[in-house]
Amino acid sequence: MTQLLQAPTPATPSKPWKAKPKNLLPEIFGALFTAVSTFVIVGFTPLKGKLGFSVVLILMAIITTSLISGIKRDRKAAWNSTTTVLVYVAAAFVLIPLISLLYEIIRKGIGGFSFGIFTRDMSLSASDSPLSEGGLLHAVIGTFYTVILATIISTPIGILTSLYIVEVKGKFAGLVRFFVQAMSGIPSIVAGLFIYAVWMINLGNSYNALAGAGALAILMIPTVARTSEEVLKLIPTDLREAGLALGATQWRTVAMIVIPAARSGLVTSIILGIARVAGETAPLLLTIGGADATNLNPFSGNNSALPYYVWKNYGLGNETSIQRAWLGVFVLMIVVFIFFSLARYFGRTKDKKAK
Amino acid sequence: MSTATAPIKTTPSPREITTEPRFSDKVFRAVVTAGGLSSLVILAAIAFFLVYNGFEVFRSEGLNFLTGFDWIDALPEEGLAASYGLGAMLYGTLVIGLLAVIFGVPIAVGTALFLSYYAPEWLKKPMVLIIDVMAAIPSVVFGLWGYFILMPHAEYWAKLIHKYLGFIPIFDMPANAFSRSPFIAGLVLAIMIIPIVTSISREVFAQTPLDRIQAAYALGATRWAMIKAVVFPYGSGGVIGGAMLGLGRALGETVAVYTVLNLVYDIRIEVLLSAGGSVASMIVNKFGEADAVELQALMAAGFVLFLVTLAVNFIANIIINRTARKG
Repeated sequence: MTQLLQAPTPATPSKPWKAKPKNLLPEIFGALFTAVSTFVIVGFTPLKGKLGFSVVLILMAIITTSLISGIKRDRKAAWNSTTTVLVYVAAAFVLIPLISLLYEIIRKGIGGFSFGIFTRDMSLSASDSPLSEGGLLHAVIGTFYTVILATIISTPIGILTSLYIVEVKGKFAGLVRFFVQAMSGIPSIVAGLFIYAVWMINLGNSYNALAGAGALAILMIPTVARTSEEVLKLIPTDLREAGLALGATQWRTVAMIVIPAARSGLVTSIILGIARVAGETAPLLLTIGGADATNLNPFSGNNSALPYYVWKNYGLGNETSIQRAWLGVFVLMIVVFIFFSLARYFGRTKDKKAK
Repeated sequence: MSTATAPIKTTPSPREITTEPRFSDKVFRAVVTAGGLSSLVILAAIAFFLVYNGFEVFRSEGLNFLTGFDWIDALPEEGLAASYGLGAMLYGTLVIGLLAVIFGVPIAVGTALFLSYYAPEWLKKPMVLIIDVMAAIPSVVFGLWGYFILMPHAEYWAKLIHKYLGFIPIFDMPANAFSRSPFIAGLVLAIMIIPIVTSISREVFAQTPLDRIQAAYALGATRWAMIKAVVFPYGSGGVIGGAMLGLGRALGETVAVYTVLNLVYDIRIEVLLSAGGSVASMIVNKFGEADAVELQALMAAGFVLFLVTLAVNFIANIIINRTARKG
């Protein structure tokens, strides 16, 4: 045994394809050249500022990498290097606005943030009174009402739609699927106009949170329906057939087997729908009326909502109201991110099961 | 079982076999069908109620509603009749939508290529997360950011473009007003449509057959040559469909455009000038102080917007579905 253990150790695997330091030399040189030449060009020509710097940097990166691979191989390799740089630049361009957005939201929003803002509304404060007065309690409550009611309206319709497409496979399944897909592209303002036309003009009601919820529900249904459809399609057919083979009716198969198996996915679809509509502004401008005081009754009287609060304070245009708008954005983003993270959390457990 | 004495005299009649669903199933199917068809009903109701409430304007304006440039309320004391023409706003909507596609789609497709073929494994997940986060940001937030943060930069870029490319008519400037231009609205919209175009392009790219990709590499193709020869021919339909979906979103965007675009009832080809149009933003703009007649005109405008976006979405989805089936 001891001899076996002391048997010659296997040779350490060499990786002949791995780049040796010598091969990295042109790349390091190229990177250095790009950086130095960019600074030189920006320093000695009229091109100035961040814009000039980034344009020159991108151009120099393209020229250097293309030159290096052109010399090492051929023109095709040079073209490949050019496009590689462009693809990386495109990916970087996506990050810039997002980082700027999040940075500015936190920078401008966190200043006025305190727990007091969740306990006060704007009924006793003027728009230009300092941030320590007033708050957004009314907006938080309004958002809560509209989103909850929209969820109550849209969840049954959305899930029934997905059941119709996947389980019942009715005569119009293809048509419904197609229209629901198209419905997800309806402009939010049109949903608001529709509710205004029906609810206010033709039925003669006045602004309230329920009307806003109706408009949000129209926007939420496609999200819920499409995500649930994907989830239901992932449930193995074996489960359904097992249920039917045991003599269960289709109703019992769906209710006792399919839906419990898809539960976390269905929850994800609802939360995704909430995240989709929680920040919608345009339909609420036409339906909830707006209010500065807290309105605890969602079925009568004007109400507010976080996006509405942002919109209104932006529109007022004085210095503190703009600060309030950023504060509203900050709170709104927190709400959206909570739902977003919840959706990803539930979605993740679903992935594990699928594996 | 204990008695084997009494032989069974009559065989029990066989259980009736039927394909008729049970009562519970009938109810279940009826409920599900009703739920499933309700989205069709909602779409039909949207079209009906917008037409119903805007009918008067459609009738009185006729084709002028689509081609006219004026949006004037009636002034009875001065004997002026109302005139509602959506032409300028429709044109403006199209301009900012196209600008958004021109700015956004190359970046989105590049990002999708990056995620599919260039990015190292560890970067893929965070990058996809970032795109998802972008898709979740509400439009009012983009509006505020666009107005306060992007606009100063974008004005500077617009001035540069005008300075060096001003000889091209669309970059000409009749007045020194660079803020709130279609150019800036297009930039904001481009950022807003990047997530959807990226995710659809990525889905389509993921369906490219792996054997073709590997065959291309085995023949000595560079990465770009492979993408050009294999990925683009397979995914072009999906990319076009994704771009159209993005266009549909851009056409219907309301709040973000409202904050960064100056609405002017005129058709101008200069995209850097502070004068543009957007049907959706116009509806919000006019809604507050609209009287009953103007409200009807706004309903009619909403119906036009509804039809346009629905048509764009239909075509986009047909293209995407066809590409997805081919893959």
